[in-house]
Amino acid sequence: MTAFFASGFGMFVLMVLETLALLVPLLLGVAYATVAERKVLAAMQLRKGPNVVGPFGSLQAFADAGKMLMKETIIPTGANRLLFIAAPMLTFVLSMIAWAVIPVDNGWAIADINVGILYLYAISSLGVYGILIAGWSSNSKYAFLGGLRSAAQMVSYEVSIGFVLVTVLLCVGSLNLNDIVLAQRNIWFCIPLFPMFIVFFISSLAETNRSPFDLPEGESEIVAGFFVEYSAMTFALFFLGEYANMFLMSGLTSILFLGGWLSPIPLPPFTWIPGVFWFILKVALCMFVFMWVRATFPRFRYDQLMRLGWKVFLPMSLAWLVITAGVLVATGWLPHAPS
Amino acid sequence: MLFNYLPIVVFLVIAGAIALLMVGGSLLAAPQRPYAEKLSAYECGFEPFDDARRRFDVRFYLVAILFIIFDLEVAFLFPWAISLGSIGMFGFLSMVGFLAVLTVGFIYEWCKGALDWE
Repeated sequence: MTAFFASGFGMFVLMVLETLALLVPLLLGVAYATVAERKVLAAMQLRKGPNVVGPFGSLQAFADAGKMLMKETIIPTGANRLLFIAAPMLTFVLSMIAWAVIPVDNGWAIADINVGILYLYAISSLGVYGILIAGWSSNSKYAFLGGLRSAAQMVSYEVSIGFVLVTVLLCVGSLNLNDIVLAQRNIWFCIPLFPMFIVFFISSLAETNRSPFDLPEGESEIVAGFFVEYSAMTFALFFLGEYANMFLMSGLTSILFLGGWLSPIPLPPFTWIPGVFWFILKVALCMFVFMWVRATFPRFRYDQLMRLGWKVFLPMSLAWLVITAGVLVATGWLPHAPS
Repeated sequence: MLFNYLPIVVFLVIAGAIALLMVGGSLLAAPQRPYAEKLSAYECGFEPFDDARRRFDVRFYLVAILFIIFDLEVAFLFPWAISLGSIGMFGFLSMVGFLAVLTVGFIYEWCKGALDWE
């Protein structure tokens, strides 16, 4: 068996199996996140939420998928057909392939590349394209406005996310996500870099177009924003992509600030539990906070959103970056670059 | 070295195949009965007045240009952050100088009102 996996074809098969071993649980998780969100929102508003399909609504995700599959795919007459169909696929694929570098346990990344964080930053930047193409190709005013708003919002918050990433990198000295987690063995970065942790989490809400920054969708003003014209599976792909992006940002938050797969207390009864469990637990916790925020806060106004991104987060994260670098240089705590 | 990136390509192909299967499956499985009104752009029940490709606020361009400047700045910072341990005080002060120049530009934009949305 090991001889087979060492051969060229065997390695390829192994790669495909590894990919499926990550993608299938991820897609199931995404499908169930939509049910979990409805359940959490319902509980916070003292309602019951979905409870008809299966025991406690546990089969709701499959019912939704079946319904989406059986709906008609509407392509508006004025739309650019090719781009209109390609945009949701692009969004979905980009939100999936980012997971290739996420380590779910020590060294358990499908592609353990040494520029992992740069790859993630690049892929999340590309995410804007799917939305912009969808907004433009629909040839509908609401979709166009929603696409513009979304693109402006995503690029604004990406800048502060970039500065936060660089601050973490200063403390680690490596772009590899595995090394970033291992650097947190003594202390999780959410403690020494607490303000950056907050900036990162709020920016990730804005980056994924989530409430309270869900202006691109803004039901009461531009109906559903960039995906107003989408139906059936093309709509489902946007929906899945959005939730997969939420998972990705939760995973990134756990890796950068909450110690990834590391156990909260580095003592035997906790270290016996496999790292995957801790990682999933942390991601689930972040996802819960995403939903909690949605149930709690009203929507921002667009000028407030831009002010927060450019006039608060950008100067703040830039200042923290310089201060962190200064402290590290002055105290000599800098990690020495591998030469 | 480059071999490490092969799983990403495999991942890309599989994710693309899933997306294609989902859209294709829906196109095959669901009955498609289009007619002119159903296919017109959504405009709260009205017939669409005119084309959606029209002028929009110049501030969206401005945000995009500002984003390019700061994103490039972040791209410069990545290698600097990794190698700060070996380039020491000189590297640190050079980057502080670079950031100071950009900060002057940022303050100028702020005072000019490029960041205001009202």
